[in-house]
Amino acid sequence: MTDSNSQGRFPRIGRVGLDGLLVSFGDRLSEAGNRAALAFRAAVERASPEGVEETSTSLVSVFLRLDALHTDPEAVAREMQALLDSRDWYAADLPQGRRLWRIPTVYGTDLAPQLSEAAGEAGLSPEAAATEIAATRVRVQTIGFAPGQPYLGELRAHWNIPRQQALTERVPVGALVLAIRQLVLFSVTTPTGWRHVGQTAFRPFRPEAEVPFVLRPGDEVIFEAVGREQFERLRAAGPDGGATCEAIK
Amino acid sequence: MSRALHIQQAGPGLTVQDLGRPGYLACGLSRGGAADRLAIFEGAALLGQDAALAALEMAGMGGTFTATEALRIALTGAPMRVRIDGQPVAWNASHLLPAGARLEIGPATAGVYGYLHLGGGISTPEVLGARAAHLAAGIGRALKAGDSLPIGPDRGQETGLFLDPDDRFSGGELRVVAGYQTALFPDEEVIRFEQTRFTRDARGNRMGVRLAPEGDGFAARAGLTVLSEAIVPGDIQITGDGAPFVLMAECQTTGGYPRIGAVLPCDLPRVAQAAPGTALRLRFVPPGEALAAERRAAEARATLRRRLTPLTRDPRDIRDLLSYQLISGATAGNEEE
Repeated sequence: MTDSNSQGRFPRIGRVGLDGLLVSFGDRLSEAGNRAALAFRAAVERASPEGVEETSTSLVSVFLRLDALHTDPEAVAREMQALLDSRDWYAADLPQGRRLWRIPTVYGTDLAPQLSEAAGEAGLSPEAAATEIAATRVRVQTIGFAPGQPYLGELRAHWNIPRQQALTERVPVGALVLAIRQLVLFSVTTPTGWRHVGQTAFRPFRPEAEVPFVLRPGDEVIFEAVGREQFERLRAAGPDGGATCEAIK
Repeated sequence: MSRALHIQQAGPGLTVQDLGRPGYLACGLSRGGAADRLAIFEGAALLGQDAALAALEMAGMGGTFTATEALRIALTGAPMRVRIDGQPVAWNASHLLPAGARLEIGPATAGVYGYLHLGGGISTPEVLGARAAHLAAGIGRALKAGDSLPIGPDRGQETGLFLDPDDRFSGGELRVVAGYQTALFPDEEVIRFEQTRFTRDARGNRMGVRLAPEGDGFAARAGLTVLSEAIVPGDIQITGDGAPFVLMAECQTTGGYPRIGAVLPCDLPRVAQAAPGTALRLRFVPPGEALAAERRAAEARATLRRRLTPLTRDPRDIRDLLSYQLISGATAGNEEE
């Protein structure tokens, strides 16, 4: 095991299962840690080290899956340590090619029945909560858990609300859910402990499409408020649900 | 009529599976694929074809099937009661399924996941480079009565072969490697974890399997909140109620529960095939031992063909015998009927 006993020192490298390494830039979400993870993964992909089969990021870490039968994980870990030491990753820029998305969203109503509850947790009226979220430009910090599913943030501090104890049994594709200063836009129908505050007609994962995974880490999103009638029209129009996208210069 | 397998009756957990679609972790899509990957290799060995070909995975029970033309089939994984036109045939073996004959596959007599392999493989369209249904991701779906599966061209001929399988249907010991979160658990908890007898809980599916401990559950050090990080099949999450939850082929790609370790990939078929109530133990092994075990398993998968034997039948079971091609290229004579 590598470094599993080191206390509070980041970045650090650990083992995951037989064939995985985790390069971790923190033990809580931070903007700098998120940028570091995205930039470090891009650097690993460019270097394409021998024996690394694939890489991914979560909020503040990079995962490497190795060909364990033909590669010594400790050797790859040493190579990763050298790459870590080569620069200050926390000072890295955001990825290139980022885009700004505007995704029409119905806040509250029967489509998103937990807006009031979430607003109450944040000490706001449902109207004020919806207005604030709709005006906040959030960034895709990672894609994960389910295919194409973005975690977005960071919301202001009063949105540091816990996940609910009991799970909501079934939240549909396109649901905008909230907890711990983050939003998730669901790509599959699933149970969740996050609160369902908005509903979009946007499908983040389209298995048969030319671009199956639509959003990328670093992209920014505004979940613009629309009325119920407009939403129904957008939903009928296709998997974009009326979303628009422009390059961030 | 095109070469196809018709599903007349379907058990509840019938899906097309192959070795899954690696390479999409960054996009949030886990590899998926057969719950018991070894069974895919065994089926390929029995039919003398590529392990990349897709087969039918049957959770708990099979269904009733007919073919538009004669198909070679092989049956692997959890043994199930199986008949061709009413005659029992052997599991872990290859057979000829004549055109129009009824293939009936009943409930599993041990284990969980049985597999029906077809000569030429199931040739449904690929999605993201594979044919495996990934229900959690919304790729593909469970099959039902009335569905028809296209079958690819079959270059092989041999049937009537038997493969004595590795017994992985009765629980036993699972080998575990430590990971970067193992140290979140006090040493005495890790020791107790190794000493505990678990039973496979009723809660379990292609995403993960819950293990019910005999005695108290387990906990990471108090006050630790764990950031959601990449997870892989085999990871053992300790969930809120203290019971370990072993992640399987169709798991999500990130998770926020602390992980005490990970089951070796070569021991995952044993987890998948443990029916509810089956006893399991977990033992930590050093990385070197884990790697050696994984190498042996890879070597065994690559040399399965050497373990094939001709299917021997009770000669009194003549009607059944006549439905076989015992040796490649030689039919049993039923073409005169």
